[in-house]
Amino acid sequence: MLSPVLCSDLSAVEPEYTEADVISTVEFNQSGELLATGDKGGRVVIFQREPQGEYNVYSTFQSHEPEFDYLKSLEIEEKINKIRWLPQRNPAHFLLSTNDKTVKLWKVSERDKRPEGYNLKDEEGRVKDLSTITSLQVPVLKPTELLVEASVRRVFANAHAYHINSISVNSDGETYLSADDLRINLWHLSITDCSFNIVDVKPENMEDLREVITVAEFHPQHCHLLAFGSSAGNTRLCDMRARALCDQHAKLFEEAVDPSTRSFFSEIVSSVSDVKFSHSGRYLLTRDYLSVKVWDLNMENKPVETYQVHDYLRSKLCALYESDYIFDKFECAWNGTDSVIMTGAYNNFFRMFDRSSKRDVTLEASREVCKRRAVLRPRRVCMGAKRRRDEVSVDSLDFSKKILHTAWHPSQNIIAIAASNNLYIFQDRLGPSTN
Amino acid sequence: MAGADGDDSLYPIAVLIDELRNEDVQLRLNSIKKLSTIALALGVERTRTELLPFLTDTIYDEDEVLLALAEQLGNFTMLVGGPEYVHCLLPPLESLATVEETVVRDKAVESLRKISHEHSPVDLEVHFEPLVKRLASGDWFTSRTSACGLFSVCYPRVSSTVKAEIRQHFRTLCSDDTPMVRRAAASKLGEFAKVLELEYVKSDIISLFTALASDEQDSVRLLAVEACVSIAQLLPQEDLETLVMPTLRQAAEDKSWRVRYMVADKFSELQKAVGPEITKNDLVPAFQNLLKDCEAEVRAAAANKVKEFCENLPEDSRETIIMTHILPCVKELVSDTNQHVKSALASVIMGLSTILGKDNTIEHLLPLFLAQLKDECPEVRLNIISNLDCVNEVIGIRQLSQSLLPAIVELAEDAKWRVRLAIIEYMPLLAGQLGVEFFDEKLNSLCMAWLVDHVYAIREAATCNLMKLVEKFGAEWAQNTIIPKVLGMANDPNYLHRMTTLFCINALSEACGQEITTKHMLPVVLKMSNDQVANVRFNVAKSLQKIGPVLDSNSLQTEVKPVLEKLASDQDIDVKYFAQEAISVLALA
Repeated sequence: MLSPVLCSDLSAVEPEYTEADVISTVEFNQSGELLATGDKGGRVVIFQREPQGEYNVYSTFQSHEPEFDYLKSLEIEEKINKIRWLPQRNPAHFLLSTNDKTVKLWKVSERDKRPEGYNLKDEEGRVKDLSTITSLQVPVLKPTELLVEASVRRVFANAHAYHINSISVNSDGETYLSADDLRINLWHLSITDCSFNIVDVKPENMEDLREVITVAEFHPQHCHLLAFGSSAGNTRLCDMRARALCDQHAKLFEEAVDPSTRSFFSEIVSSVSDVKFSHSGRYLLTRDYLSVKVWDLNMENKPVETYQVHDYLRSKLCALYESDYIFDKFECAWNGTDSVIMTGAYNNFFRMFDRSSKRDVTLEASREVCKRRAVLRPRRVCMGAKRRRDEVSVDSLDFSKKILHTAWHPSQNIIAIAASNNLYIFQDRLGPSTN
Repeated sequence: MAGADGDDSLYPIAVLIDELRNEDVQLRLNSIKKLSTIALALGVERTRTELLPFLTDTIYDEDEVLLALAEQLGNFTMLVGGPEYVHCLLPPLESLATVEETVVRDKAVESLRKISHEHSPVDLEVHFEPLVKRLASGDWFTSRTSACGLFSVCYPRVSSTVKAEIRQHFRTLCSDDTPMVRRAAASKLGEFAKVLELEYVKSDIISLFTALASDEQDSVRLLAVEACVSIAQLLPQEDLETLVMPTLRQAAEDKSWRVRYMVADKFSELQKAVGPEITKNDLVPAFQNLLKDCEAEVRAAAANKVKEFCENLPEDSRETIIMTHILPCVKELVSDTNQHVKSALASVIMGLSTILGKDNTIEHLLPLFLAQLKDECPEVRLNIISNLDCVNEVIGIRQLSQSLLPAIVELAEDAKWRVRLAIIEYMPLLAGQLGVEFFDEKLNSLCMAWLVDHVYAIREAATCNLMKLVEKFGAEWAQNTIIPKVLGMANDPNYLHRMTTLFCINALSEACGQEITTKHMLPVVLKMSNDQVANVRFNVAKSLQKIGPVLDSNSLQTEVKPVLEKLASDQDIDVKYFAQEAISVLALA
């Protein structure tokens, strides 16, 4: 069995809320105290961990509104593609949220005092009789109930011709990158009218276009390294020290495809949908359609570990292609100690792989199955005709129910799973900090 | 003041105080900017006991308001009762120094530095230094970065035990966990070193400097380069070789191009700080490497410094060094693949002629100038042309004029209007250097052609250009050469060109003087009042308004007034409007 923490013993916390809109991104902050979600309606909801261990709503705000690009006659969706937290710098919290075109820096702060005492009117606003004013009064601050306010501090706009798919904060604490299909730009958090282009994969002739950038991330410790995934099935590591423009990669992580297994769908399913550096900075996790791979940064020609997420779909690729499901982009996540990997799948299933014991488990996050404090039972998908009681047949998988967005608490065994418009937060039965 | 003096005197202050809490940020900002008025009205004691505590706690505000507050407090010493009480200003400034917005923090630190000088040495130890200590050990990196800016102001006047504490705090911040704090420490390293005793510079600062210069974060290492200049200036020459040069050599070869860029950018300051011997032995080869760096940004930064570096070489070996070491690299750069590098070079290369003298310039530099004059990138060509005066001094412009003229003409007719605009802006300068005959012969027709360019911005710049030329060459020259052509445009079939005539007249009338304006320009303007196009007619009115002050009252009454009155009853409402305006401004009614 997998280590008890993750496998059989998971308590489901009550689904926090039901929104009309689908959740499009989930992210814990660096301490794990806060969890942010973004949805298709452009809203951000932040949850805060209570002392008892539950997460409750802390703040909600509308981050992006739908816009219209007049020049190209295109609508710009308000859907939040990514949220990234900044390292905490004072009692307030800061996060970056982005839609297809614009990145915004939001400040979320608490206010627990209000000034009292006017000279010219009373507290209700009625103007005082001027003859009663004989001396000046300075307002005094009195405690008030806690108010959480969100305000936009910066808007980083007009730097992307294509749709932004990723943002990532650099370890230097003052810069971040934003990536679209063909370009990656470097920003300074205080400067909104200027951005540096560091990667440009647009060919001279658009007819020669073979691949697009799908995701990009900075290394957690090395300020000069960034990785980006491509639709052609490779992941590139760039060194910003070497050149101002990093079109030449420093490393290329690509596994050679066995020619005998090559099919029409090979390239499509090899497209990298997510890239995550391990907390240690030594490994890289990539997700393609059917598997997750762990790469050692020192070895480019093949991954050190490969885990099949839902290999049973291999025979169904044609149908998935026709329904466009083959283009779904799943995310992946490391746990705090880099010993376990998690990723989502279809039918509201999500998978966890223990790297040391090599065990894996499939679990379901759905309203029917998740009951408060109930332990999740592992699920199984069967390929053949003989279906045991607990199993789900591959033909009855619901592809419209997919778990694309998952997040793992930075240090504890708490995970957040977004299943369409539901958010589930699970923690280990024995307590989130057990190892 | 705070007495029952009557509501009138209290009222405006009461309004200001209430607006400190207003919803509208502009009103709050306005009140904060008048904070001294409020403080005066309250008196020093109430300011200390009521106003300052309120301000200390309201740091929820917008950046502009907090910025204004931080600035105000820096000037508040007298309003709290003088230097004896200046420490009361510390609490609000301390909370402003922890805000996340960098501009506000920087302003708060600036104000703290200002008022530190008003503290007595005792107050520094009792109030100021504890504040610095609190900031330096704060939980959030924002307060720790602010602390870095305060060490140098309190160090000089405190006792030696406190000095030791301050040095310790600084050391801790230089190895802080967060890059932001290390960056702040690195940027203040030079300033702090300046106030330290020399023994501590050698014992403490050097090791901190070396550590920061090898930091894993690129952004920290590149700030250490700046500190290098300050530290080198403080140490005696014999110590530089052992204490500073190893780090500097390392920086010039850093793996990150951004660090090398900083070295290139600071090269002149470094050169002055390390002195002629080290320059000869170390900096010359380092500079050569930067000029040949693999990253274009670094090459461009180094290219920008070529003239300054050469100028500051020791006189006895200057020419040899330049001819043997620098010039070969410069020759390579003229044909660099990157246009920004070439452009940077072009902006300084002409300056080398004064350093090298006539013969070397003709033999070695002239071919380079000519090559850059023919560069495919317009910016390179423009940069050469804009620096001709240096060459003029040394070898005279005629040598260049053969190649110069085609280059100017090409730029003047470039397809991109911004390029055309740039060359127009250099035209008065060129005209001055090349002289009036050369100008008339070769450049006059260009200036006229610009007046009828398709792009309005060009026509406008060309008009302004003419005005500057008249200022340089005089009204008589204008009368003979350009005025006839300008006035000739008044008959152009294109109404835009006819309007250009009017705009030129507007610009030239003052420079040309009353006689020329009355005799030559006024008749043309008046004639255009019958133009078919309304735009021309109302511009006539505007022109008359503009040139009116140059004319004498006789012309105004007998010639201008009737025409304006006619235009004032024109069918077109704009014509009527501008005519009426001209009449009233010229007081002709």
